[in-house]
Amino acid sequence: MKKIVALVLALLMVGCAALALAEGEKVMTHEEYVAAELDSPVLVETYVQDHQSWWDNKITVYAQSEDGAYFIYEMKCSEEDAAKLVPGTKILVKGFKSAWSGEVEITDADFEILEGEPFIAEAKDVTDKLGTEELINYQNERVLFKGMTVEKYDDAGAAFAYKNAENKTDDLYFKVSKDGVVYEFCVEFYLRGQDTDVYKAVEALKVGDVVDVEAYLYWYNGANPHVIGVTPAAQ
Amino acid sequence: MKTRKTISLILMLALALAVLSGCHGTLVSKAVTGDGNTDVPEEFDESKKIELTFWAKNDTNVVQTAVYTQAIKDFEAIYPNVKISLRLYADYSRIYADVITNIPTNTPPNVCITYPDHIATYMTGSDVVLQLDDWMRDSRYGLGGSEVKFDAPREEEMVPEFLNECMLNGHYYAMPYMRSTEALYVNQDMVEKLGYELPDVLTWDFVWEVSEKAMEKNEDGSFKVNGQNVMIPFIYKSTDNMMITMLKQLGAPYSNENGEVLIFNDTTKSLLEEIYLHAKSRAFSTFAISSYPGNFLNAGQCIFAVDSTAGATWMGSEAPMQDIHEDQKVPFKIALRPVPQFDPEHPQMISQGPSICIFNKDDPQEVLASWLFVQYLVSNSVQLGYAETEGYLPVTLKAQQSAEYRDYLSRKGEDNTDHYFIKIEASELLMNNTANTFVTPVFNGSASLRSAAGEMVENVCKSARRKQEMNDAAIQKLYQDVRGLYRLNEIEVKQADPSGGTEAAEQTGGSSGELPGISKALLIGIPAIWVLIIAFELWEKKKAKRKN
Repeated sequence: MKKIVALVLALLMVGCAALALAEGEKVMTHEEYVAAELDSPVLVETYVQDHQSWWDNKITVYAQSEDGAYFIYEMKCSEEDAAKLVPGTKILVKGFKSAWSGEVEITDADFEILEGEPFIAEAKDVTDKLGTEELINYQNERVLFKGMTVEKYDDAGAAFAYKNAENKTDDLYFKVSKDGVVYEFCVEFYLRGQDTDVYKAVEALKVGDVVDVEAYLYWYNGANPHVIGVTPAAQ
Repeated sequence: MKTRKTISLILMLALALAVLSGCHGTLVSKAVTGDGNTDVPEEFDESKKIELTFWAKNDTNVVQTAVYTQAIKDFEAIYPNVKISLRLYADYSRIYADVITNIPTNTPPNVCITYPDHIATYMTGSDVVLQLDDWMRDSRYGLGGSEVKFDAPREEEMVPEFLNECMLNGHYYAMPYMRSTEALYVNQDMVEKLGYELPDVLTWDFVWEVSEKAMEKNEDGSFKVNGQNVMIPFIYKSTDNMMITMLKQLGAPYSNENGEVLIFNDTTKSLLEEIYLHAKSRAFSTFAISSYPGNFLNAGQCIFAVDSTAGATWMGSEAPMQDIHEDQKVPFKIALRPVPQFDPEHPQMISQGPSICIFNKDDPQEVLASWLFVQYLVSNSVQLGYAETEGYLPVTLKAQQSAEYRDYLSRKGEDNTDHYFIKIEASELLMNNTANTFVTPVFNGSASLRSAAGEMVENVCKSARRKQEMNDAAIQKLYQDVRGLYRLNEIEVKQADPSGGTEAAEQTGGSSGELPGISKALLIGIPAIWVLIIAFELWEKKKAKRKN
């Protein structure tokens, strides 16, 4: 009798442990991630869309899956692994949900690469969400702003500004408007450097140009998209 | 008999080798492979074309860029045979990384804006960084020398504290370029609203107390002090400075000139525990966790913001530089104070700001051209132009005491741009407290130690926010993790001076670091060998006795 009781108790213990483990390691949906408290641990499966250049064993990743997007800030990553994070790569990311100047992101993250069909998100047209409270719902997603008018960036009347005008080795800033409201966009240097098409496209902008802009909807005290494409607006 | 003698000889040889291997307690010396000595040429050959590269950092400030480019243009006009190309960085760590990458291929720049911590690492290469002692004192091309074609400061016209900060191993390896310190930018309205009077020098206790009081909320969840849903009463920009400054103010160990890492002690533990509590209540946060202190300050969401005096143009609702939208700004009365103190009667604050180093090259004419350009960077026109872009202080008494600078200071508050009052007050804070500033010991690895100091503060803040427990075991694990992450155990400590070598150990009651492996091996091995020798002798005697 005693042996049977001991066996049952042992089985119960193992079962509980397995359940706890399973719960602790449950992959979140994007909705669950959005609902999660700041500073809580998160575990998500997603797909690399892009990343900034690797440096000092860290990499910042723009990720998106069918149900939403993530900005993964300075994820621990060796240089060897960084080369594997090509667009479309499926990854499991474990970190903490944080917010910095309004940008919701995953920090202190580790990752592993998973087997799976690659996924590249299509840019979503959110032009009509500009200036509304709904825009933030698309934070970190690959988005499109259509028919934006280039405004002068500063009192000097330039169409854009370099963060480092001397060497052109840093971000580019420019302003575009829609329906009279002006927005500031950024070509993040470590995402698209001076030799890239988009960097050159912004350098070629003139005040008054009407353009379509593709970007990851980064947030810095308001919408501050990280631009990856600028093309003349479709007529 | 013969066997016994052989064994004894082997054991004695082993012992002698062990002694001669140079174990001196816990310290292992590392020879410097080259001191960077290069003779000053007899004459600067102005017929020779020379190209120099200058790597500099600016604060994303177009006026600072303009100061550099104008300095280059003016220098080239004085010395037309010299052409200087400028590479600008937004980040000191990037300059550091690029210089380190270029040293092995002998392609660092000629002149580089840098920090002494970084120079210590550059100097691990042979003759990489120019030693400046002889160059400074040369009668022709030294500071203000007879053959220098512009009005350069003499050595006695440099601020001695700032010049001394550029000494490593008893020699000058850099010139100071700009100096700043940290300041506490305060929303005075909110301090008074909470029922407090703002003192001239705030204590840490005062800041913590007011910050905790500011966390009180209305029934609707908004904060009482500002009526908003966001309030982070105290935000510190540079957590490495925070830990270093707190330890210095308490007279607690951090490191020493020999490269000993002394930060992992009980005072650090107490400080981390206190910080944890205030991070847990959300009364305290950091730049890395929350964002720029100035942005929260200007939005009426922060009461105490610690940042560099070189960031003064961003602080205040009327500040000339703003990083938040106009509609997010909340007007308030801003006050500037020294950083919080444990002993307000004896304030201590960190001295920081860029210095300039010269990299040694094969051509002494190229080195001389670099040295002349460095002198130009500390001449009045550049010093005044650059210092006035932010709350910097010129590094020369010549500039500080000039009529132009005095006029600039006297116009404090005249406008909210060039004479923005907080910017000028920030410069005055350092000017009036130069004798109260300190720097940390510089050695190969000191930059990593600094990062480790900041990492510990960030870590406990994140742990608090993530509801992770803080206890002795957690602190010890943090110490271990940080040691590993920043390779602090690999920092090679200089051999202690026999006349004063135990001073650091006496201060701390002994290093909290581990003995190197070779020391452990010798301390165990030598007694073990003697035990074997004695045991063998006793056994031989016993054997002989039995035979008899």
